[in-house]
Amino acid sequence: MSRYIVRRLLQAIPLLFLISLLLFVMLQNMGDPLATMGGRTMTRSEDRARLTRQLGLDKPITVQYLYWLAGNDWAKIDLDGDGVAETSGIRKGVLRGDFGYSLVNRQPAMEVIMERLPNTILLMLSAEVVIVFGSLLIGIYAALRQYSFTDNLVTTLSFIGYSMPIFFVALGLMYIFAVNFKAWGLPYLPTVGMFDPRVGKTLWQVAWHMILPIITIAITSFAANSRYVRSTMLEALGQDYIRTAKAKGIPRRSIVFIHALKNASLPIITVVGLDLPFLLGGAVVTERIFAWPGMGRLFLDHVSRADTPVVMGILMLIAFAVITFQIITDVLYAWLDPRIRYN
Amino acid sequence: MATHSNPDPRPVSSPDELETPVLTLSQLAWRRFRRHKMAVTGAITLLLLVLYCIGGAFVFTEEFANYNDLSIKLQPPSSEHPFGTDTIGRDILARTVYGGQISLLIGLTAMIVEIMVGVVIGALTGYFGGWLDSLLMRMTEAVLIVPQIFLLLVMAKFFGGAVSNINIFGREFSGSVVVIILIIGLTAWPYTARIVRAQFLSLKENEFILAARATGTSTWGIIFRHILPNSIAPIVVAATLGIANAITLEAYISFLGLGVRPPTATWGNMLEGAYNYIDQGIYWLWLFPGLLILLIVLSINFVGDGLRDALDPRSRAI
Repeated sequence: MSRYIVRRLLQAIPLLFLISLLLFVMLQNMGDPLATMGGRTMTRSEDRARLTRQLGLDKPITVQYLYWLAGNDWAKIDLDGDGVAETSGIRKGVLRGDFGYSLVNRQPAMEVIMERLPNTILLMLSAEVVIVFGSLLIGIYAALRQYSFTDNLVTTLSFIGYSMPIFFVALGLMYIFAVNFKAWGLPYLPTVGMFDPRVGKTLWQVAWHMILPIITIAITSFAANSRYVRSTMLEALGQDYIRTAKAKGIPRRSIVFIHALKNASLPIITVVGLDLPFLLGGAVVTERIFAWPGMGRLFLDHVSRADTPVVMGILMLIAFAVITFQIITDVLYAWLDPRIRYN
Repeated sequence: MATHSNPDPRPVSSPDELETPVLTLSQLAWRRFRRHKMAVTGAITLLLLVLYCIGGAFVFTEEFANYNDLSIKLQPPSSEHPFGTDTIGRDILARTVYGGQISLLIGLTAMIVEIMVGVVIGALTGYFGGWLDSLLMRMTEAVLIVPQIFLLLVMAKFFGGAVSNINIFGREFSGSVVVIILIIGLTAWPYTARIVRAQFLSLKENEFILAARATGTSTWGIIFRHILPNSIAPIVVAATLGIANAITLEAYISFLGLGVRPPTATWGNMLEGAYNYIDQGIYWLWLFPGLLILLIVLSINFVGDGLRDALDPRSRAI
C-alpha cells in the first residue's frame, strides 16, 4: 500500500509540472499588468521600463518560468537598465514555497490567497455537509420507493436541478428570499457579503449570510449525487445478504441504514472525495453573485488585472488539492473495501 | 408502424420470442428512443426552441434587437415589450431570439471542435498506445485537473480582444463568439478523448480487426472504417451532452463578463450584471434568458439520456 502511495505521489510531480507550464504560458498573454498600476494617472514610459525590469517581465518566458519555479536568488539581474546584471534576485521560487509578490498590492501572493482561502473552505465544507446529508436522504428515500410517484418526481426534479445554471438558481433564490420576503415584511435573508458591517463578524452573522450561497450550491449538486445514492442503494438492497437479514427478522430500519447503507456508501465516498476540491473551484460564480470574499472572487479580480503570481498560486493550489484528494480517495477506498488491491 | 400489426391474437409471452424484422442500428435506436417518454418530450421542446430562435428572426430584425433607447430602460413586461426592456432600453424578447441563435451556434460548433479533437486524440492513444498514449494521456489529465471554469476564464483573457469582428451569412458577429467556441471546444475534449480511447482499447482486440489486418487493410482504414463506426454510440451521446455543456459554459463566462461582447446577444451575456438590479425587484432581466437556458439544457439532457438507452447495444428492448 505504501508503495502504491509513493508511486502515485511520484506520478503527481510531472503532472503538476506540466500543468504549471501550460498555465504559465497561457497567463503571459492575459494583459498588461502595468496598465492598472499607476491608478488613474498614466505611467511614464521610463517608469514603465523600470517596472518591467524590476518585475522581471522583460525576460523571455522560459527565464520567467524558471524564476517562478526555482527563484532568482542564484542569478544576477539588471535592475537599473545599464545592461550589466549586478543585483542578485531575492525570489526563492515555488519549489521553495515562494509564490512571488502580487503585482496588484505588492503583498506575498500566498498571503493574499491564504487571507481568502478560509472563507472559501468554510462555505464549501458547510455546503458539502448539506449536499451529502441531503442526497443521502433523497437517494435512500427514492431507492426504497422505486418507481413510485415520489421516485419519479425526484428523478424529474434532479434532472431539472442538474440542468440549472448556478446563477439562475442564485438569482431565483435571491429574488424570492431576499427581495420578495423583504417586500412582504417577512424576515429576509441577506444577499451579499459575509456579515453586516454594522453588526460585525459574529458567528451568527456569518451563518445567516451563508444560507443562500449554501442552498444555491446544494441544489445544483443534489441532483447528480442523489441519483448516485439511489442507484448504489438499489444495487445494495438487491443483494442476497439483505434477503438473509430480512429473513432473520432484523428491523427494516437497521437493514436499510446499517446493512445496505454501509456497503452503498463506498462509491459515495469516491464521489464526495473527487468533488470536494472541485467545489473549491466551482465557487467562482457563487462567490461573485453573493459577493462572498473567497478565493473564487479573488481569482476573478486578479485575472482581470493580469496578476500572474496570485492567479498562478490559486490555480496550482487547486491542482494540488485535486491530485491530493484523488490519491486520498483511492487509498480510503482500498482501506474500506478489502476486495480492492492496488498492484 | 406496419410491423406492429400482429394478426395473431395470442398474447406475446416475452419480447425475446417476438419474430423481429432485421433492423439497422438507426431504425432500432429510433424504435427504442420513441418509447422513452422523457426523451421524446425533450426532443419536441428542443425543436420548439430552435423554431423560436429561427422563426423569431422573421418577426424582429436584428437592428431592433440591438436598438437601445434609454428613455424606455428597465421597463417591466408589457404588451409592447412582452419580456420587458433591459438596462439600456433594448427589447428583451427580440434579444432572446437573436441570443438563442448565438447560443445554439456556440453549442453546436463548440461540440464539433470538442468531438473532433477528442476523437482524434482518443483514437490515436487507444489504437497506438506506447509513448504517444502516455504523453497525450498526461496532457488529458493535466487539462482535467484544473476545473474547467478556471481554464476558460484564463483562456478567455488569453485570446480575448485578439479577434476582430467577423461576417457570416451577411451578419456581423463579435469576434468573441469565435474565441468562446474555440476555448470551450479546447477545454472540453478530454472527456470525449477518454470515452473514445476506452472504446478503441477494447475494440482493437476483436477478431474482425485481426481479420482486417490480415487482409491488408491500412492502419487508417482500420481506425476510420472498422473501429470508429463501432464506437459511434458513446460518441453521439457525448456530443449531445456536449452541446448542453457548451451552452451552459458560454452562459457562465458571459455572466462573469469575459464571454461574448455586446451588442451581440447570447442568453448568457443578457444575464450579465442582472444581479445588480435584483434589489429593485427587477426579475425580467434574468428570468427569461435564464428560463430559456434551463429549458434548452434540460431538453438536450433528456434527449442525451434517451439516446444513451436507445444506442446501448446490450439493451434487449426493441
